[in-house]
Amino acid sequence: MSGYFTELFTGTKSLAIGLGITIKAFFQPVVTLQYPYETLEMKPRFRGHIQLTQDEETGESKCIVCGMCQKACPTGCITVAGKKPEGSKKKALTRYILNFTTCSLCGQCVESCKPNAIEFSKDYNLASFDKNDFIFDLLKRLKEKS
Amino acid sequence: MSEFALSQTQETFVMNLGPQHPATHGVLRVKLTMDGEYVVRAEPVLGYIHRMHEKMGENRTWAKFLPNTGRMDYLHALAYNHGHVMAVERAAGIEVPERAEYLRVITTELNRISSHLLWFGAFVLDLGGFTPLLYAFDDREQILDLLEGVTGSRLTYCYYRFGGVYNDVEDDFLVGTKAFISRLRSRLPMYHGLVTKNIILIKRLKDIGPIPPDMVTRYGATGPVARGSGFNFDLRKNEPYSVYPEFDFDIPVYTECDSMARYMVRMDEMEQSMRIIEQAIDKLPEGPVKAKKVPKTLKPPAGDYYCAVEAARGSFGVRIVSDGTNTPYRLKLRSPTYSNLSLFEEASEGMLLADALALMGSLDLVIPEIDR
Repeated sequence: MSGYFTELFTGTKSLAIGLGITIKAFFQPVVTLQYPYETLEMKPRFRGHIQLTQDEETGESKCIVCGMCQKACPTGCITVAGKKPEGSKKKALTRYILNFTTCSLCGQCVESCKPNAIEFSKDYNLASFDKNDFIFDLLKRLKEKS
Repeated sequence: MSEFALSQTQETFVMNLGPQHPATHGVLRVKLTMDGEYVVRAEPVLGYIHRMHEKMGENRTWAKFLPNTGRMDYLHALAYNHGHVMAVERAAGIEVPERAEYLRVITTELNRISSHLLWFGAFVLDLGGFTPLLYAFDDREQILDLLEGVTGSRLTYCYYRFGGVYNDVEDDFLVGTKAFISRLRSRLPMYHGLVTKNIILIKRLKDIGPIPPDMVTRYGATGPVARGSGFNFDLRKNEPYSVYPEFDFDIPVYTECDSMARYMVRMDEMEQSMRIIEQAIDKLPEGPVKAKKVPKTLKPPAGDYYCAVEAARGSFGVRIVSDGTNTPYRLKLRSPTYSNLSLFEEASEGMLLADALALMGSLDLVIPEIDR
């Protein structure tokens, strides 16, 4: 019988302690962020989808069409094409398509890129109803940017 | 079990728990044969999220499988990452720089704490308490922010590479980790006051869902499930890998075999992980984070290799059979929760439904890892 009352006492006490903790938390500052009214700055290393970097001198892409990113991609979501302009020894980029529907954001393309022609973007609000919105023409994006 | 449930003359009925049920944490379906409120038979039905990870590993190069490892156990992704890179490094004979090993330990242990914090919240949620989940998420958020700053993603990390890690950490990560540890140290007593000592939790977990030691050995359960049944088995101590032998930490073991013991193992493990991280940060050597001589196209010599790591849910093993080409001949992944779930059918026999759910929560199931 005494065990019953001891348990009743310790049990009630434990509930009161728990309530005390929640009451204390009630008066502490709010930790949630009111998205979409407030947004966070993405970290420098944030792995978004890829985008082409710009050569500061020419304003063109740094891509040399070596195809290493295409080869490194586990899901094959990158398509690169290029051709040699007349009188030039190097290939120039003509097409860079990223199929974002199959991209898993692993970053192996960026790692494999020797001339640093691709980087991670900071975009994360990418919802859409149309599947075609996720076929990114990165060269077009670069031209629109500059 | 009551006499009512034992009598064969009573009618039973079949009830589906899942595949869309909040308490199964994913697409697990459990076919329950019920006698009133008592479980006569609980048969887990798997395969709803099977993605052929092993087969995928066999038809792509070694490096291309790296992102997959983070997508099996999404809560402790870095341990899976670790297991895979270690197995391939062992096969190809790649030496890993010491700094990279330390960084692997720091990030894996941080990830382990975040996994246990989420389990803590979700487990108490299964038992009907909503508030602790929000407290746990507040702390877990800090870890995700820290790991995002280093790895670039918040959940499906792909940070380890063959022969090292993706990139070096900055000082603010180390300072932030130390600050987080002192924060969590001050919050753990609060968790114990709010949840562990709560009379309702004690009544729901004590002596509920016993898993006797012989059941653990028969089903091959590992991790906190085995340690809650009195087995002092942790791969970090028993089969030391990486730089774990250099740290001083204990393996929490409880012999009660009930749900409360498994709960306590995980709560104590968080403290031990914090100890490991602190020591690792203090000892962190300078130097490169990536081995220099890693060939671009890996072709490990033909052979059979196995490597296991201690993930948050138990031992995760990777078996690689290489035939000397740039893709594995066979890739076998041993996931801990598959074995841990297997014992559920036997352990839950004759339990009340609510108690069976408490037992299931204490197993800490992650369904994508069971199905792979």
